[in-house]
This record gives sequence, C-alpha cells and structure tokens, in this order.
Amino acid sequence: MRHSKPTADEIQALIDGQMHLEGPLLPILHALQEAYDHVPEAALGMIAETLNLTKAEVHGVMSFYHDFRKAPAGRHVVKICRAEACQSMGANALSDAVLEKLGIGWGGTTPDGSVTVEAVYCLGLCACAPAAMVDDRLIARADAARLEKALEGAA
Amino acid sequence: MKIWVPMDSAAKALGSEEVVAAIRAEAAKRGVEAEIARNGSRGMIWLEPLVEVETPEGRMAFGPMTPEDVSALFEDGHEKALGLTEELDWMKRQTRLTFARCGIIDPFSLEQYEALGGLAGLRRALDMTGEQITDEVKLSGLRGRGGAGFPTGIKWDTVRMAHADRKYIVCNADEGDSGTFADRMIMEGDPFCLIEGMTIAGIGCGATKGFVYTRSEYPDAVAVMRRAIEIARAAGVLGPDVLGSGKAFELEVRVGAGAYVCGEETSLLNSLEGKRGVVRAKPPLPALEGAFGKPTVVNNVISLATVPVIFEKGAEFYANFGLGRSKGTIPLQIAGNVRHGGLFETAFGMKLGQIVEDLGGGTASGRAVKAVQVGGPLGAYLGTDQFDTPFGYEEFDGEGALIGHAGLVVFDDTADMLGMARFAMEFCAVESCGKCTPCRIGAVRGVETLDRIAAGDAEAVPLLTDLCETMKDGSLCALGGFTPYPVMSALRLFPEEFGAVREAAE
Repeated sequence: MRHSKPTADEIQALIDGQMHLEGPLLPILHALQEAYDHVPEAALGMIAETLNLTKAEVHGVMSFYHDFRKAPAGRHVVKICRAEACQSMGANALSDAVLEKLGIGWGGTTPDGSVTVEAVYCLGLCACAPAAMVDDRLIARADAARLEKALEGAA
Repeated sequence: MKIWVPMDSAAKALGSEEVVAAIRAEAAKRGVEAEIARNGSRGMIWLEPLVEVETPEGRMAFGPMTPEDVSALFEDGHEKALGLTEELDWMKRQTRLTFARCGIIDPFSLEQYEALGGLAGLRRALDMTGEQITDEVKLSGLRGRGGAGFPTGIKWDTVRMAHADRKYIVCNADEGDSGTFADRMIMEGDPFCLIEGMTIAGIGCGATKGFVYTRSEYPDAVAVMRRAIEIARAAGVLGPDVLGSGKAFELEVRVGAGAYVCGEETSLLNSLEGKRGVVRAKPPLPALEGAFGKPTVVNNVISLATVPVIFEKGAEFYANFGLGRSKGTIPLQIAGNVRHGGLFETAFGMKLGQIVEDLGGGTASGRAVKAVQVGGPLGAYLGTDQFDTPFGYEEFDGEGALIGHAGLVVFDDTADMLGMARFAMEFCAVESCGKCTPCRIGAVRGVETLDRIAAGDAEAVPLLTDLCETMKDGSLCALGGFTPYPVMSALRLFPEEFGAVREAAE
C-alpha cells in the first residue's frame, strides 16, 4: 500500500491499465484500492467517463461490495471471522474482547488511526477456528493474545 | 534430506512459515543439506503444520509441528512422529479421486502433476467430439458440487448446442459458505486439476475463454491460481493451441469484493461483468445467456476439478462410487467445534453420525454434540437423532436439510440456537442483494421477530414460521430462499430455546 495522495494522471493510468479486460470495473476498483487503500471520490467520475457509465452507476457498483472503502483504513486492519464455524469455537467472545479493548465497534478505527477492525464472513479456515487476519497474515485458532502479538509484530 | 511443508493457507495460519524458517536455521546449524519442498494440505487440519520427511520407505509425517519441534526432526525418535502419511487411518479410509494429488505434489510442478495422472484426461478429451465429451460427463453422474446438485453433463450439453460467436466457462470459486474450504484447498494444492477440468469443459462445449471467479478473502488461492495459469500457458496446456490440438482455451482469475451473494451464479455473472452483484431472474438460463450475454457454463470448483479424473479413468469408474442418484465421491469438510477437523473425500452414503463422531472424533471442547449445520449458512441444523442419515442429495432433502457444498459445522451443547437463528437472519440482511422483497425486507423483519422471541414473546413464533414460508417460496435465489433452513431447523430441534415450552406450561 502506497497511501500516497492520488493525482488525476495516476488514477487514469490505473484505470487504463485494466481496460484490456472484459468487464473491467471490479478490477479497476481493486487496483485503485490496492494503490490508495480506498477508492478516491475523484476516481468515480473518471471511471464513469472511461467506461461510458454514469457516476451514479459506478457509485452503485462500488457501494454494493463490502471490500471497497471511501476512506483509508487504519494503518493495520484486523479482520475477524463472524461465520458459524468460528462462532462454534468462540468467535463472538474473541471479537467482543478485541473490540472492547480497542474501544471501537465493527468497522471502526482507533482514534490514533492505528487499527481498523472489520467483520469478515469466512476465511476458509473453518477446521481451525476461530480465524482472523491481521493485514495480510492469516491466524487460525485465534485468541486475543495472539491477535495482539500479530499486531505488535506488524507495527 | 527432502522435507515437505504445506503452503496451504490453513497450514500457514497455524505457523508453517515459522516451521520452514526453523528447518532452514537448524539445517544450517547442523551443516545438513535440507531441501524444503512445498505442497498443499493433506486435509488433516488438526495435524497442521504437517511436515513430511522423504525416506526410502515413503513420506514420514510429523505434526502438528512448531518451530521448537524442528531440531528433533534431524534426530531419531521424534515425539510427533506419525509414521507413513499414506498409512494414517484418515488417509487410508478415503477414496481420493478429486483430491488424489492434493497435498502430495508441488502445486506449481506440471511434471509432478503429470506423473500422477494429470493431463491424461485432457489428452483423451482432445480426441473426442464435443458430444462424446458431454456424454461422458452425463454418464459419470456428476452433479453440481456447489450445492444445487444439477447434472453437470446436461448443463454442458445445453451450452454445447447453443449457437453463439463466443461461449464461456465460468468457475464459481466464490466459496463463501462457513464450514467449507474444499475449493480453497484444491486451488492452493492442485491448481492444474482445476485448469485441466475447465479446459476439458471449454473443448467440450466450444468455449474458448474461462474465468475463475474467486474471493478476496482467499489471497493465497488467487496467487496460486494466477501463477499456475501462467505455467500452464507457458507449457502449452492453455493458449491458442491446447497441447498441440489446434483448439484454443484461455483462463483468467477474477476476484470478488466481499459479497457473499456473488456465490449465486447469476449474481456472480453480473459481478464478473462489472455490475452490482444483483441476482438475475431465470430464465434465461446462464447456459443460454450467461456471461456478457453469451452461453456460459457456470460450475463449482469441485465439479470442474472432478472432470479430469472422470476422463482419465472413465465415466463408469466414477459412477461406480456413491449411493443412488448421488454418484461418485464428495469431499466432506468437517469443521467447527470438532476434534479432527479437515477434508475427507469419500463415496456418498456415509452416515452423518459416523462423519461427526468417528471421523471428527466428537467436539474439540470434549462436550456433547448439540447440532451440526450442514451445507453452509443456508443449510439446516441436524440433531443427534438424525445421525443415521446417509450423506446424499436426496437423503438430506428427506430430512428437510441439504448437503450444499458438503461442509459440516459441529456445535457443542453450549451453542445458543436462538442466537444462531438470529445470526442466519442477520447474515441474510447484511448480504442480501436487495432485488427481491422477501429476502431484503424479510431478513430484517426476521431479526426483529427473533429479538421479540428472545425477549420472551412466544406469540412471535408463528409469525416467524409464516415469515420463513414467505421467504422460502417468494425469494428469487437461495439466499432468501434457504435462510429459513437454519432458522426453522433450529426452532424445530430446540423449541424450548424459542420459548415454546414456557408457552405450553403457562
């Protein structure tokens, strides 16, 4: 993640980089989010122009999917699985403990901007639940202490 | 000394990379040459990271390994030695057809893939006509492993006979169901198997382009598939001239963006086209008007990854496994609160109780089993009194349940079933695409109604039943249509948790 301030030229280059694909809108949104950790508002009009859509249509697509953010997340993102297999192994208690410790709710970011906690529905680690992800790192049989350790390691 | 350490994401999440680092350090310290090879997972997740050391007798298993266990690997008599991997009870009892190579080979080695039967099926298919190919799939009895159980050969035949300038093969790898990880495991452990299956589908149906639509929650699977496609292309397995046949087939990986409903095939197609992942009304069937309006095969990963073995060993070989109209094998995914969680491929027909108690070894917590949810978040809960049900499409249907993608989530007796029913409705509300009213509004009302029940209002129970009927009959797709399965089965199995007993006592 570069987290740099997007320029119009850069955004256009990222859009153009996906235009050889059939149905390029999702790949475009992914490319922008990868570059800026969110999809900049300024990009919506440019995408619309390039794909011959309305800005409302682009906004409609972007807002449909949980992944795409309007603003950057905290420096680290913790995703905790809320799905059934993880619940059967105590995921609710785990997320309650983590959210309470950080003093935030689902989707919230700590006031210092260091951590965002997001809900995720299944990481495919259902036989070693509960599962979580700290930035790009998967953690199985997660507990609050292991998440904290992973966050320290990531800092 | 050759040491295998899985690169499957479950193994990684349990510390396989730390074990690799420890092996490297220990080997360097001892001045021993240790070649570290990477494989997928064998499916014994409770033993991950499962390290294997190659010996003249075969691969010896050690697990679950931690970095502290590594130094003893270089000495005799390891306390986590399990013996030959192939001789482990879990492995010996399986019929591994789809997962024959998973966990054995290096996922990026086309040479190892071919050495264990890979590409034999594709070579055979390339000598067949399109009709012979679809007939072979029909004869195998293969049914959609995503959950709907529709005969794969009939779907292929519809696409084959459709007239169009372009056709597509779309692999539904949007494995969002809790308790399922078979798609992820095969993509990470044997990606060429999926590539081969999709290529056979393309050759059979006259499609020249395929998409693997998978999840952003599966970054490892995305990376492995992308690299494997490049390797296959460089080797001429994919491209304008598949294995020198003059026939073309290309593949591309697309990544979803966290929308569960995109596992529904029409919603997936909209997402692939760059639209909101809203469900489409059927007809038209995707087989006639699918991706970009063209005839499209949409199949689950496991359906497509099973195609190579059907062509390698013949349709009859495959059809000889199974039970009634559920032919072949099914990769059971045993998950949740269970001692021995993992993937177990076997012929249809094993009893639910045997899967949970015998294979799974009961709960991880050691407490009694309360219920098992089969088939993901839209699947029913089954109680221990239903443990005699054989694992098959029709048999589960007879119990008011479904097998779905064959994921089983075990719950112990501390599970709050009213809470689970509420979660099912909440999940449906979060993930609803919004197109049809029973799902969009019904799920929200469902949460409210369950909250009323939780607050002691037993009169809301008939309302919940009525709402579930409306959702079941009136929803456009399985999200709204099947959410009643977990809700109603929880109510049926544990009425006392919904206040029904209290009502009767009053």
